[in-house]
Amino acid sequence: MDSVLTVNSLTMNFGGLRAIDSVDLEVRQEEIVALIGPNGAGKTTFFNCLTGIYEPTEGDIFISPTPGGRRRINGIKINRIAEMGIARTFQNIRLFSNMTVLENVMIGRHCRAKAGVLGAVLRGRKTRREEQEIVDRSYEILVRTGLADQADEPAKNLPYGAQRRLEIARALATEPFLLLLDEPAAGMNPRETDELEELIVRIRDEAKISILMIEHDMRMVMSLSNRIIVLDYGEKIAEGTAAQIWENPVVIKAYLGEDFQGDA
Amino acid sequence: MKASEEFKKSFFISLWFMLLTFPILVIRVNTIEKVVEWRWRNMAFIGIGSFLLSFVWRRLLSRKEKGRQPAETGNVETLPLGRRLLAEPRIYRPALTALALFTIAFPLLFSSYQTNIMTTALIYVMLGLGLNIVVGLAGLLDLGYVAFYAVGAYSYALLNHHFGLGFWTILPVGGLLGALFGILLGFPVLRLRGDYLAIVTLGFGEIIRLILENWNAFSFGPSGIANISRPGLFGISMTLNEATIYIYYLMVALCLFTIFVVNRLQDSRIGRAWIALREDEVACQAMGIDKTRTKLTAFALGATWAGMVGVIFAAKTTFINPASFTFMESAMILSIVVLGGMGSIMGVILGALILILTPEYLRAFSAYRMLLFGTAMVLMMVFRPQGIVTNIRRVYRYGTKGKESRPAQA
Repeated sequence: MDSVLTVNSLTMNFGGLRAIDSVDLEVRQEEIVALIGPNGAGKTTFFNCLTGIYEPTEGDIFISPTPGGRRRINGIKINRIAEMGIARTFQNIRLFSNMTVLENVMIGRHCRAKAGVLGAVLRGRKTRREEQEIVDRSYEILVRTGLADQADEPAKNLPYGAQRRLEIARALATEPFLLLLDEPAAGMNPRETDELEELIVRIRDEAKISILMIEHDMRMVMSLSNRIIVLDYGEKIAEGTAAQIWENPVVIKAYLGEDFQGDA
Repeated sequence: MKASEEFKKSFFISLWFMLLTFPILVIRVNTIEKVVEWRWRNMAFIGIGSFLLSFVWRRLLSRKEKGRQPAETGNVETLPLGRRLLAEPRIYRPALTALALFTIAFPLLFSSYQTNIMTTALIYVMLGLGLNIVVGLAGLLDLGYVAFYAVGAYSYALLNHHFGLGFWTILPVGGLLGALFGILLGFPVLRLRGDYLAIVTLGFGEIIRLILENWNAFSFGPSGIANISRPGLFGISMTLNEATIYIYYLMVALCLFTIFVVNRLQDSRIGRAWIALREDEVACQAMGIDKTRTKLTAFALGATWAGMVGVIFAAKTTFINPASFTFMESAMILSIVVLGGMGSIMGVILGALILILTPEYLRAFSAYRMLLFGTAMVLMMVFRPQGIVTNIRRVYRYGTKGKESRPAQA
C-alpha cells in the first residue's frame, strides 16, 4: 500500500521546551493508525503541526493525496491544508454551537464550493445549484453518521456523544483523504464507543479514508488500529501492532512507571 | 422564589435604602435659623419607591428564569407570539402592504420636518445594517464604524467642491472608498479579537476624525465644507421641500437595496463562513475557510454601506464638519445593532427606528435622554440580551422526500 502521509524527523520547540523530538511516522492508504501516550506526550501538538496550526521547527511532512503525487506541507496555512485533504476533529469539542447540525456540516463543504460575493448577491442558477448541492451532500453525510434526525437542532443542544460524531461528520464534509481524530471516544459511554468504532471502520471502508487517531480508550485502540505508535515526552518510544505494543516493556514503563515493572 | 420571600427581601432592601439615604435626604441643618429639619416624608418616599422597584425587579427576574426552561428543551411549538404571527401569510402579507403604503405616503401625509427625521432614521437603518455584517454576523467588534461614514461624506463633499462631480457619480465611489478603508483597517487587525480589536477600531475612528479636524488644507478643518450640492434628478431644479422628499425616497430605495443584499449575503456561503468565524476561529480555519479573506470581506462589505450613506448624508445636510463623526455616532450605531438583535435584519431596522425616532418625538424628556437610554440598555441586557428580534435562520430543503427543515432559533 502507498503511504498517504510521511513524517520525517519532525521536531517542534516552544522556546526551550522540546514538545516533539524527531518523530517519524507513516500512514498508508486505508489504514487506521493510533497515536497513544501519556498526558503531555505531545500527541495533540503533533496533530497541530500536521494541520498547520503550528509550523514545525524541523523535519518534513509529506502528503500524497493521490498515488504518486507527493507534496511537502510544512508551514502551509491551516485552511489550505484542509483544502488539500487533511481534516481533523478536536480534543475539546469545537463545534459552531449556535449553528444547526446541518449548518455545521455545510461549513465543512465551504472549501469545496466557489460562490463569491457577487454570486451570493445575484444568486444565479449556478450559485443556487451549488447551494443545493452543499445542502444535499451535507444531509447525506448526516444520514451516514446517524445524525439526520437532529439536522435542524442547534449543535449545542446535542448530547455529548452526538457532538463528537458531528465533529467527525463536519470533518468528512471537507472530503479528506486523511482524517485526524483527537480523542474521539473521550467521555463516551461504552455503547457510544461501540457505535463510534463501527462508524470509524465504515468511514475507512466506504469512503476509503485513512485515519490517524489519538485515543486513550485502549479497548478501542486495540480493536481498531492496524498499527500503534507510542509517544512519550515528545519521543516515539514504540511502534507496532496491538499485540506488539501490549507486550513492549518500554511502553509499560512509560504508562505504569518503573516500580510496577520491578514488581512484575 | 415564592412571593412571600420576595416580599420579605424587598422589605429589607427598602429598610436598607432608608438607612443609607437617611443622612442626606432626611436631616437638613438650617444654618440660618440654627435648627435641624427632619424630613420624614422623604424617607417614606424612598422606602416605598425602593420597595416597589425591588419587588418588580425580582418578579421580572424570576419570570425570566421560568421562561428559560421550555426554551432550552428546544420545543418548537413554543415559538414566541411575534414569530408565529409573522409565519402566517394571512397576517404578514397585509401588514407588509400597509407598511409599504405608509412608507410611500409618508412625505405626502406629514410635514417636511417629519420627512427629514424619517430620512435620518433611514440613514441609521442603513448604517446599522452595514455594521451588522461586521459585528452581528462576523462577530468583529468595530467601535470606529463612523470613520467609514466620514470617508463617504468627505469624498462627496471634497470631490463636489473641487471638481463639481455629481451625487450619482460619487455614490458608488463613496461605497468603494468605504470598502477600501475597510480593507485598510482590516489588514492590521486580522490577528486581533474581542477587546483588542475594539480598542484598535476605536483608535482608527478617532484617527480619521482627527485628520479631518486638523488637516486644514485637505478637509477645511473644523469649519467644515458648506454648499454641497443636493442630489440631482435629470437636471430638474427642486425647491427645498421637494428635495427633502426626493432624498427621502432615495433613502427608502437604498435601504431596500441594502436589505436585499445583506439578506442574500447572510444566506450564502460567505454569510455562513462569517457566522462560523464568529463561533470558533480555529475550527473555522480547520474546515478550510480562509480567515484573512473572510474577515476582510466582512470589513469591506460592512464599510461599503457606511461609505454610501456618508455620501447621502453630505448631500442631505449640504454641510459637513468633523463634529458629525464623533465616537458617539459609532456608539449609537453599535447600540442599534445590539439592541435590535445581532445578526437580525428586522431587529436592526427596528432598533434604528426606536433609537433615532424616540428622542425626536420625546423632546419633552430631552434632559433625561441619556438617563433613559442607559436604563433601556441595562434592562435590555438583563432581560433580553439577544436583542429585540432574534435572528431567523434560513430554511433548508433537503432529503429525498423534499422534507422541509424547520427554522432554528439562533
